Amino acid sequence: MIRLFWRDITLAFRSGGGFGLGLGFFLILVTLVPFGVGPNAEMLSAIAPGILWVGALLACLLSLDRIFALDFEDGSLDLLATAPIPLEGVVAMKAFAHWITTGLPLVIAAPALGLLLHLDSAAYRWLIVTLLIGTPALSFIGAFGAALTVGLKRGGLLLSLLVLPLYIPTLIFGAEVVRRGAGGFLVGTPLAMQAGITLGAVALLPFAAAAAIRVALR
Amino acid sequence: MAINWNAFWEWANPRKFMWWTDRALPYFAVLAALVLTSGLVWGFFFTPDDYRQGATVKIFYLHVPSAMMAINIWAMMLVASLIWIVRRHHVSALAAKSAAAIGMTMTLIALFTGAIWGKPMWGTYWEWDPRLTSFLILLLFYLGYMALWEAIDNPDTAADLTSVLCLVGSVFAILSRYAVLFWNQGLHQGASLSMDAEENVADVYWYPALVAIAGFVLLFITLVLLRTRTEIRARRLHALDMRERAQQ
Repeated sequence: MIRLFWRDITLAFRSGGGFGLGLGFFLILVTLVPFGVGPNAEMLSAIAPGILWVGALLACLLSLDRIFALDFEDGSLDLLATAPIPLEGVVAMKAFAHWITTGLPLVIAAPALGLLLHLDSAAYRWLIVTLLIGTPALSFIGAFGAALTVGLKRGGLLLSLLVLPLYIPTLIFGAEVVRRGAGGFLVGTPLAMQAGITLGAVALLPFAAAAAIRVALR
Repeated sequence: MAINWNAFWEWANPRKFMWWTDRALPYFAVLAALVLTSGLVWGFFFTPDDYRQGATVKIFYLHVPSAMMAINIWAMMLVASLIWIVRRHHVSALAAKSAAAIGMTMTLIALFTGAIWGKPMWGTYWEWDPRLTSFLILLLFYLGYMALWEAIDNPDTAADLTSVLCLVGSVFAILSRYAVLFWNQGLHQGASLSMDAEENVADVYWYPALVAIAGFVLLFITLVLLRTRTEIRARRLHALDMRERAQQ
């Protein structure tokens, strides 16, 4: 399973820029927002928490179909399903690798982009903390969505329709933490709720995703 | 008295299902039409105007039942999906599929009637209120569920995957429902038809509302039986088609 994890990460780094894609998308999105709403620093600072979270969400979505689709096409998913390791573990490892290659870079890049949006200085700490806690949930929920659509020819658009509603709770609590952090309020409750969602998603969704993959491979 | 559960499941055997729905459907249809019309006519024409809201209060007879149905239909789909996963009962999966479109329509009715009522009362068609937002999210869940059914060719695969989506989606729908409470305080009034609430809507409005709700439930039963019958027929046609192709 550890080897599978490294294989996925190596593939993500080597297969034609798949690694930087999400990050580039995040940067472009954040650059586009001021063009849309105007360069007013106060307004940008007010909407920065939401924009950063929505941007992270969409950047994550962009690379979801890579989790299983390539392996499904070349048949390695069949091999993994018949391998002597549980398919749930395979799913969890692949989702974790997705988080390392997509979620973690977003967490690291987010403060720099926060600077572009005049994010309140008190909020940086909470932005990093909440993204660090929240993005694993995005990867695991996304892996479930990717598993549902793995056998489909035009799965990409459907994937976003399925996954984005599932992201709503994570987004609400994540942006709330940053907003409260910027205002200097207590952030404990939304942070705990978000951590709960992440832990629940990490613990339970691999089972649902593995069930969906078994159906798709049948 | 021991209940013979095998006899219970037999009613859902496709052939037996077609047999009893064929006979029961006209009764359900007539009953639904009667109850729904009487509830709505009673509500629209034979109740006094509210002293503050005037006649706009009467949209309540469409809004509340459709909103209740929108949530309960999702619950029914959840039960049907579980039955499909546990017992591999085809009629159950098809019933869940047929219910989805009705549930989505109910959600839309609730949102539209709410918007129409909201304009004169709250001064806005739309407000990011927790209840309104939850319904919008529910609509998205219905859309995703139906899109997944449409996207998969093999009916058994589609039934399996949509069932899993329905289970996971239910958890996240409930999560979203309470997450939005956290995110914005509401403008929408609290539940006014609860059995345990201290202050409920007055009896003059309450009885026609009950009749209207019963009418909506009957309407849903009629529609879901009708649509399930259509789905079963479509499956049979598909099977016939496949058999003919295999013979050629």
